[in-house]
Amino acid sequence: MRELVEFLAKSLVDNPDQVKVNEVEGERSVVLELTVAPEDMGKVIGKQGRIAKAIRTVVKAAAARQGKKVVVEILQ
Amino acid sequence: MRSIEISAKTVEDAIKLALEELQLSRDEVKIEVLEQPNKGFLGLLGNKNALVRVEEKYDPEKQAQIFLEKIFYFMHLKPIIEVKRTKEHTIFNLSGDNLGILIGRRGDTLDSLQFLLNLFINKKSDQKTKIIIDVEGYRDRRADTLINLATKLSEKVKRTGRKVVLEPMNPHERRIIHLALQDDDSITTYSEGEEPYRKVVIVPKNN
Repeated sequence: MRELVEFLAKSLVDNPDQVKVNEVEGERSVVLELTVAPEDMGKVIGKQGRIAKAIRTVVKAAAARQGKKVVVEILQ
Repeated sequence: MRSIEISAKTVEDAIKLALEELQLSRDEVKIEVLEQPNKGFLGLLGNKNALVRVEEKYDPEKQAQIFLEKIFYFMHLKPIIEVKRTKEHTIFNLSGDNLGILIGRRGDTLDSLQFLLNLFINKKSDQKTKIIIDVEGYRDRRADTLINLATKLSEKVKRTGRKVVLEPMNPHERRIIHLALQDDDSITTYSEGEEPYRKVVIVPKNN
């Protein structure tokens, strides 16, 4: 799932080399912490969080197939 | 986009070499001749090769396919992508096993994927391309369901004389409802609320 979040973020931002995804494994869920260049924040969040929501929806669908719960967090 | 500069004895040779290198055909690239070849004096002095720059043209549909295939790889899915073109947009109809997860609840996964795909392909291009993603005709089936629902609810409004508020829908789905009922003179439809919770309301027209 980490690779999927990284790929989606890199596809949307202007500075793909500054995209980082950190995976924090919990007992039942995995938290994926996404960091992008400050000027790219809008590119992964969008108006009223529309882009962030779309990323979460796609990642959730992918994770469900592997029976995992995945939370995507965008770090400031 | 990938591009290379290649020199050869003639312009034609250089283009041919470049296309081989990029594995592209002639209509997929932009060609720029940087230097014309020069035979030189008696083939001895100032003998110069041709130099061309060959650049891959930005093809949104091709980029879209690569983007989706990558996502499907991460999801362990292998759908077949069938491309259809209409006047307004391009439709990618997907078919294959286990594609239910791509649709999601009321198509929300499909809509999210489509939204991200269109953001991606239009990022690098001035001309706006719109690609619709569909899974085995899901969008037509959903439209039929919505039209049936609209008709049923409009009957209820006429019977009871009271307004009916539908559940939140995206603009595309609300449009289907409005269009389905626009010719019915005994009712009116409008939308209320803020995105993404905007809903269609059907009211009797009694004045």
